[in-house]
Amino acid sequence: MTSAATLPRPTAGYRRVVECMGTVFSFDIRTPGVGAAAVDEAEQWLRDVDATFSTYRADSEISRLERGEITMRQCSADVRTILAECEHLAVETGGWFSMYATGRLDPSGLVKGWAIERASDILARHGSIAHSVNGGGDVQCAGDAAVGRPWRTGIAHPLLPGRLAGVVVGTGLAVATSGSAERGAHVLDPHTGRPPDGLASVTVVGRRLAYTDAYATAAYAMGHGAQDFVEGLAGYAAFGVRVDGAMWCTSGWGNETGGSAG
Amino acid sequence: MKRVLLSTFGTVAGLIALLTFKSQGHPLTTTGALPSAGLPGSGSSSTPTTAPPAGGDTSGGSSSAPPPAASSSSAKAASRTVAGDAVETRYGVVQVQVTVSGNRIDNVSFLQLTAFDGRSQEINGAAAPILLQETLSAQSAHIDNVSGASYTTDGYLQSLQSALDKAGVR
Repeated sequence: MTSAATLPRPTAGYRRVVECMGTVFSFDIRTPGVGAAAVDEAEQWLRDVDATFSTYRADSEISRLERGEITMRQCSADVRTILAECEHLAVETGGWFSMYATGRLDPSGLVKGWAIERASDILARHGSIAHSVNGGGDVQCAGDAAVGRPWRTGIAHPLLPGRLAGVVVGTGLAVATSGSAERGAHVLDPHTGRPPDGLASVTVVGRRLAYTDAYATAAYAMGHGAQDFVEGLAGYAAFGVRVDGAMWCTSGWGNETGGSAG
Repeated sequence: MKRVLLSTFGTVAGLIALLTFKSQGHPLTTTGALPSAGLPGSGSSSTPTTAPPAGGDTSGGSSSAPPPAASSSSAKAASRTVAGDAVETRYGVVQVQVTVSGNRIDNVSFLQLTAFDGRSQEINGAAAPILLQETLSAQSAHIDNVSGASYTTDGYLQSLQSALDKAGVR
């Protein structure tokens, strides 16, 4: 009875799909007893982030800042934090991550991953130790999918719709993919203002989605330089699919010792 | 349902125990992922009865509630909430709060979690992700969710994630 091995797996969980920020967020909670109240708060958080950061809303803080109607000092703490982190990322990536890639102030390359990461934290504060939040294809997992079974996150194949290029298996990981299927090719080479070439998609894995997602965005923009870039990041691993279908991965991955995909 | 609840309590106790024994270094690093640190199977198997009061009841605990052992056979004990110490881990600061009735844990929640600092996050060797690198059909891969280049609200309808959401928890 007290042995973990004899305990039943939770057979029921709580799921919700939320439309926000022009995409869809999928909540998948595997912790018994955590459900609607936790997701209500996380959903409200996402809507608040959208209201504050959306470049599509004329009344968002970001839009008002862009138009010069407010100053940085008048912005909320979250906005100032995000803009500072974007500046840091721009330096750290040698300009490959930029909140000005689209020609205007647009920190959404960091905001979405950060919003998902924080949504996951909200679920954790409600007592969840096992859940995942997927926002438009960027995933923050917490704990495991079931007792003794890590989350299995499929990587959508960028060249073969409906198929997977691989599966990421792990506990509490953040998985972010950036690629040519990105809406409106919103990942642009900050140096040329054009979509990058060379990579069909790159998937970066870390612990926390905000930076993991930002690094995926930067790596995709780098194209051929992506592998070396992620290789140099402590605590992150990457998997890339080139436009010719060839695949590569960095050395940060664990050894697969069994477990075929079934 | 009862068995599931029991497993939850065991989980909670394990987590509290891990967080309490901070003098032993970095208690959470053995499993890597912070929220899973107390999952059954991660090596913690302490008994629920000893864990809850140990967390750092800074008030001394003498006046707030009867001792768990003495109250276990009496009528429904008053519920009380105890905050654990904030513990520094390699992933940031963690602090849990536990609600206890008698010697039973009713709820556990986080008061503090890792700060927003992606640079401090590390994948340690034991918890490195595994990559199964082969072209797979989603049906054969037993996946829980899907990462891919961002989809729009319309694109979601054609996505594998949408199919998984419809299928629900198996």
